[in-house]
Amino acid sequence: MILKEIIDILNAAVLSNRESLNLDIQRVIACDLMSDVLAFGDSGALLITGLINTQVIRTCEIAGIQAVVFVRGKKPTVETVKMSEDFGITVMQSDLSTFEACGRLFAQGLASGLTKV
Amino acid sequence: MRPAVRPRFGFGFDKGMNEGETIFHEEFTVRGGDFANAGDASCRIRRILKDIGVDADIIRRVAIASYEAEMNVVMYAKSGIMMLDVTSVQILIKVEDQGQGIENIELAMQPGFSTATPEMREMGFGAGMGLPNIKKNSDVFDIKSELGSGTRLKIIIHLNGKHA
Repeated sequence: MILKEIIDILNAAVLSNRESLNLDIQRVIACDLMSDVLAFGDSGALLITGLINTQVIRTCEIAGIQAVVFVRGKKPTVETVKMSEDFGITVMQSDLSTFEACGRLFAQGLASGLTKV
Repeated sequence: MRPAVRPRFGFGFDKGMNEGETIFHEEFTVRGGDFANAGDASCRIRRILKDIGVDADIIRRVAIASYEAEMNVVMYAKSGIMMLDVTSVQILIKVEDQGQGIENIELAMQPGFSTATPEMREMGFGAGMGLPNIKKNSDVFDIKSELGSGTRLKIIIHLNGKHA
């Protein structure tokens, strides 16, 4: 599924890297614990999180994650958005809960990106 | 240029054989408590390895181990130095910090054991996965610590070896 479809499903707004909306996404990680993303996350997955600080973007850069959705209506800081532009990571924002965002994507056939658990 | 501040304690690691020819060396200073820049050195290390043309899976393992080690310095130490050595056969990362040290390394290595503060947990860290995750991504992992002085980590990831 490409990012553009995910954005529609989650009613998400794109905050950075609009040029990467054709990125193919097959797996999703829903996690607020960056250590677990580093320990178990697949590179190439989409990250759904309620954490909005710059460590999220650095964690994505380290783990090879190219797209993040901030859920529960949380707005990332200016620094977070700027860092995502620097690293080429697409940042989106949705008012859905983590549960509903995951449920919608799971129903569309996307799989878990925490496969090493 | 080498940083002026060096750890005061003198215990070290033996230089092993077959370390290969040095391709790249760089040192990074990490400031304890500097959460705004935490992870910056590891992101730079990742970029360096990418520019050198290191295999993507190996870059990922190095970057994760380095990032967790860097977060530990930011969270628990006063200051630290990270050294990156890329040779023809391996990537070596040494992290030396000046700080509180680890009282019980065996306990600290247990997944889930943590002495993190709420501030650290708000950053998404401090879940007790750091050291176990560094070890998981390393081919050689060595940790030495002196209470009240600091901690030294040695991480080696082979460029062509198999990882368990």
